[in-house]
Amino acid sequence: MRLLLIIFLLFSSNLFAAEMSTEKMPKHDWSFKGVTGTFDRAAIQRGYKVYREVCAGCHSMKLLYYRDLIDVGFSEAQVKVIASEYTVLDGPNDDGEMFERPARPADRFVNPYANDNEARANNNGAYPPDLSVITKARKYGVDYIYNLLLGYVEPPKGMEVGNGMWYNKWMAGNQIAMPAPIADGSVDYDDGTDNNAEQLSADVTHFLHWAAEPEMEERKNLGIKVILFFIILGTIVYLAKNRLWRDVT
Amino acid sequence: MDKNRKVHQFKNPVLNWIEFRLPIISYFKKEYGDYPMPKNCNYFWSFGALATITLVTMIVSGIFLAMNYTPHTDMAFDSVERIMRDVNYGWLMRYIHSNGAAFFFIIVYIHIVRAMYFGSYKYPRELNWILGVFIFLLMMATSFLGYTLPWGQMSYWGATVITNLFSAIPFIGEGLKTWLLGDYNVGNATLNRFFALHYVLPFVIFGVVGLHVAAVHVHGSNNPDGIDIKTNNDSVNFFPYMLIKDTVAMCAFGVAISAVIFFGPNLMAEVDNYIPADPLVTPAHIVPNWYLAPFYAILRAVPDKLGGVLLMFGAIVILFVLPWLDRSKVRSCNYRPIYKWFMMGFFVNFFALGYVGMLPAEGLYLLIARVGLLYYFGFFFIITPFVGWIEKPSKLPLSISDVYSKNITPNIGGGEKGIPSPAMQKDTNL
Repeated sequence: MRLLLIIFLLFSSNLFAAEMSTEKMPKHDWSFKGVTGTFDRAAIQRGYKVYREVCAGCHSMKLLYYRDLIDVGFSEAQVKVIASEYTVLDGPNDDGEMFERPARPADRFVNPYANDNEARANNNGAYPPDLSVITKARKYGVDYIYNLLLGYVEPPKGMEVGNGMWYNKWMAGNQIAMPAPIADGSVDYDDGTDNNAEQLSADVTHFLHWAAEPEMEERKNLGIKVILFFIILGTIVYLAKNRLWRDVT
Repeated sequence: MDKNRKVHQFKNPVLNWIEFRLPIISYFKKEYGDYPMPKNCNYFWSFGALATITLVTMIVSGIFLAMNYTPHTDMAFDSVERIMRDVNYGWLMRYIHSNGAAFFFIIVYIHIVRAMYFGSYKYPRELNWILGVFIFLLMMATSFLGYTLPWGQMSYWGATVITNLFSAIPFIGEGLKTWLLGDYNVGNATLNRFFALHYVLPFVIFGVVGLHVAAVHVHGSNNPDGIDIKTNNDSVNFFPYMLIKDTVAMCAFGVAISAVIFFGPNLMAEVDNYIPADPLVTPAHIVPNWYLAPFYAILRAVPDKLGGVLLMFGAIVILFVLPWLDRSKVRSCNYRPIYKWFMMGFFVNFFALGYVGMLPAEGLYLLIARVGLLYYFGFFFIITPFVGWIEKPSKLPLSISDVYSKNITPNIGGGEKGIPSPAMQKDTNL
């Protein structure tokens, strides 16, 4: 019986998919695409600012530590300052009491809510997903996140958008509980980069992708070496094999 | 104990000392040194070696992962991500392991395709084939168990769907399911036992692989022409002729798997598995690993749950009796003009089943799955025995060396005039 239900779910979800797939996901030009693509450190730093000022109000990033920010070009002193702006609950101390203290670089990103229930209670019952690995957890990854942030358009005529929901042309089912988070000029950049909505969305997506795959640059770097090793070894062995088999008739 | 045992003599006294007490040196020399391989074996015959290499790689990377993994529903997801972020080269171990599983199946599928097309399962290698199917079954169980461990959405719901299949068994089904899960639902007890079983099963596989290799070494490998080795001229020694070929294959495989591990490590993964498991939210599509999709398609093609489960398991069990369904004495499909095309059709059909297994079971996809299901079982029960009976095979070559020398001449010698043929070149070298 449950299997039938699941088959039904598969069936019904495909109807949604068919409805949505009228428009193709536009591809943004990312610096980290391709075999030699790398992260743009400045974009990640700007993106972190967008996250901190816009997303972090509702979305946690439980898997990240403040110390991770050193990898994207912040100095240790800067990271200490960034962390100290947050408060974490620590303890129990020697008197058996819990106490609050400023966060340190070795602490995880502080969660905006005490628990999942509080998160739901504050967001109309919708749970704002954790963003640590969000670009790995959605089809089309970074392009999906980028387009979703900019995908708030007028709903088509005749479509009823539910109470507390917003129309987004890239969301599955086209209804999203998150109001449009980013508009032109929502965040001021310190380095004078134009802060239009496209730039802000691209930067925060860049940051989120670094958060999801912090090992990417090291991985590609090692990958080129490993593949070269196999090609060179393979060529030598192949020539030796031909030489050896020449005498087999 | 045999007092008259003839002890093999080596130049090295240390080897002699070991050999006298445990004749392992002469064993390796016999099985991996002078072991005769048919010299017409092509690169299809390297996939057994590749599968062994992959198995060892999976075990080694898996042990390192297990050192840092926490099998608890609250911590499993985060511990996998911690491996990716904070453990030295943890991302490498994890991506080797997750993509290695997919490549393991690709290799084993090619290995099975080779065995079926060239008739390696026939006399006298039936037991070898049975052991191989058993390994395949163990691999499927292991990969299913392993897929549960990261405790993402697909882990949880995949485990729920598959363990639910057991509840279809009449009378004992529900009880059996609860016994397997250790709970009424997939939960912490399930995750713990799945981890324990996922850790131990690869070593069982390793043992059966040992038997599988030992069995093939008794009668030697089959070959693309499916005829037996008759003289020494038909074979080459494993060392160095086949070893170097296997090494070439290993390097090519290394390039292929590295391209995925380092440049698209999540291409073969489901995005939903990066969402932590949530028993309250069902993902839109519950799909198995793509390499198990053909069997999933068979399961869903049947409207009746118990029937679907029986046919899915039947699809694997039927492989065990293939040597007795095929009555043709000719091994290689190269010499079976009719069966060859049905065999090709079987591979295409299996691929198509896999394709629709990843898609929703409705409309045209469901129809394809049902036709595929009919062909799958029809191939074994009707086509295989029947074609073997009516087909007139083409003439087999007299010997392996015959076919080998004919094959090789046009490849190398067929050049410009004035260049001596390889046979002549060889003479001048000597």
